[in-house]
Amino acid sequence: MTRHRTAALVGNPNAGKSALFNALTGARQKIANYPGVTVERKSGRLLLPSGEPVELTDLPGAYGLDPTSPDEAVTSKVVLGQHPGEPQPDVLVVVLDASNLEQHLVFAQEVIGLGRPTVVALNMVDLAERDGLVIDPKALETALGVSVIPTVAVRRRGLTELAAAIEAAEARTPQPQNAHIPLTERRVTAHAIADAAIVSESARHRLHARLDQVLLNPWLGPIVLFGLLFIVFQAVFAWADPFVGAIEEAAAAVGGIVHDALPEGLFRDFLVDGVINGVGSVVVFLPQIVILFFFILVMEASGYMARAAFIMDRLMAYVGLSGRSFIPLLSSVACAIPGIMATRSITDPKDRLTTILVAPLMTCSARIPVYTLIIAAFIPNDPVGPGIGLQGLVLFGLYIAGIIGAMIVALVLRRSVTKGAASGFIMEMPKYQLPRIKDLAIGLFQRAWIFLRRAGTIIFTITVVLWVLLTFPRAEEGQSQVEASIAGKIASGVEVVVRPIGFNHEMALALIPAMAAREVAVSALATTYAVDAGDDEDQTALALGDKLKERWTLPMALAFLAWFVFAPQCLSTIAVARRETNGWKWPLFMLSYLFVLAYVFAGITYWGAVALGL
Amino acid sequence: MTLDLLPIGQSARIVAVDWSQLVDEEAQRLRALGLDEGAKVAVSYRGIFGARDPLAVRIGRMTVAVRRAHALAMQVEAL
Repeated sequence: MTRHRTAALVGNPNAGKSALFNALTGARQKIANYPGVTVERKSGRLLLPSGEPVELTDLPGAYGLDPTSPDEAVTSKVVLGQHPGEPQPDVLVVVLDASNLEQHLVFAQEVIGLGRPTVVALNMVDLAERDGLVIDPKALETALGVSVIPTVAVRRRGLTELAAAIEAAEARTPQPQNAHIPLTERRVTAHAIADAAIVSESARHRLHARLDQVLLNPWLGPIVLFGLLFIVFQAVFAWADPFVGAIEEAAAAVGGIVHDALPEGLFRDFLVDGVINGVGSVVVFLPQIVILFFFILVMEASGYMARAAFIMDRLMAYVGLSGRSFIPLLSSVACAIPGIMATRSITDPKDRLTTILVAPLMTCSARIPVYTLIIAAFIPNDPVGPGIGLQGLVLFGLYIAGIIGAMIVALVLRRSVTKGAASGFIMEMPKYQLPRIKDLAIGLFQRAWIFLRRAGTIIFTITVVLWVLLTFPRAEEGQSQVEASIAGKIASGVEVVVRPIGFNHEMALALIPAMAAREVAVSALATTYAVDAGDDEDQTALALGDKLKERWTLPMALAFLAWFVFAPQCLSTIAVARRETNGWKWPLFMLSYLFVLAYVFAGITYWGAVALGL
Repeated sequence: MTLDLLPIGQSARIVAVDWSQLVDEEAQRLRALGLDEGAKVAVSYRGIFGARDPLAVRIGRMTVAVRRAHALAMQVEAL
């Protein structure tokens, strides 16, 4: 049989599908989008006991085949074989959370009723047992009429049996679809099936209740949340330091080797100043991005993220959003692209549009390079409290400025362009779980790879183009290379616009490529000052931060930071926003309002700082 | 009594739901989560800022966060 064979994991949110998917397919996964929509499609290869491979996909979690969000719509269409360009899976693997059997059986009955070859994975049986819940899989099997395999994804229990069951199910011919059973009836049946399958049941595990007592406590909850967020930002600064140093040294070493190995000339300048210097100054921020994503992934995998959404819901309601927007907005702290994509779980369209429009105001990791460079150069690292440095505090302040900006903009938008009924907030709180190292590693690797691929493609190209623009035409004797170059001429045009807010020529120059990807502002500055330094050995040796300190005043640096709090976002974000809103109207609106905000606030910062005599 | 007034920790049964008070998608989502007539529920937490909103409702072995506006549409009977 050479036919392309497929199977899909389907189940309620929080059934542990992703962990099971990781355990079944390993680290080699393909992440793409479903044709025509921007719902993430995760697929991987599962080897059946016969040695034959099947393509396994992890469908978005759903509560039923009657969808209430774009995510659920994809699951429903794929399962029914109605999604254009996506084959109907040969085998459906229904994933049930063993400790939430009654609820998950409601959807399971709907899927099994379709008559497709189906297998049930009774997942997380260990957690159910820990909760004092013993389930008889044989009884479930009899009631549901399909094979039921108890699994513990995180301990790889039941995986071989599940693969064998998938193979066996594949051989069965699809049955005619049963008549649709109404929800109320399915719920009664679910209750009866669960009752019959549960062998023994003791009181619920105390751990979850105890954790919730603290984490959802009216007073302690917010303190824990804000404390946690503060630790995250301190960690991004402190933990990354040794790694950043190592990458910097490595880049300098490679630059040195190339410098010594090649004869003097344009090609050497191109490699050292353009490629190594430019790309190196961006890759340096990989450790910080990995640390940030680490915290976000841990919060998601542990079940804490939903608690954070619960705590934040009321505050979000004040600006017309809901706790559901908290997760996309927090993801936007890493990158606006996954953040905007995460808005698909928001049911209300106006709510979703508002979240997309304000997501770029959240400080994405691409701004970290700009922030850290400027902060390290201009803000002294004086201690302001035990374990708290002034630099970390300023960074925290910039994040807060972005958040406050996003809230105010959301409030204004909800009363004007995205006016509509106040949105609701309905969300299941998953069980607390210890995140598994392997799942975190896979997630981190995927995020780091996306970043490096950007550094290798977009950022590399822009850096090279910028170097060319900076290097030609060659300066004459006594003339600065930057001023003489094509880029210098373009920047002079931009400078006219940004001069009133305190920006100098090089800052104007850095803004141009920063539109493509924000972190490029750093490599642009690095390339500009490297080209400008020319053969002056002392100048070349100076770190970029020190070079900036010589040429910029504090108000200029602060204005530059303020610009980047609101900076019109990168091209990829605009592209994603266009795809998610089906048109150019909203991305262009987003671009214009962000530009105006950036301009106004950079101006206020500059003139304010000047007035204060900084 | 409506669900939003139920004291924390008190078990109750939902006896009637006025679905007309709710947006269709939200009503559907609540039903999908089992918040429907006949369900046994208890409020475990209430929101923190402002209007004691949202509510964390225990249903079976699951906790579901809902807004006070949803709870207002649900008539409950203490058990």
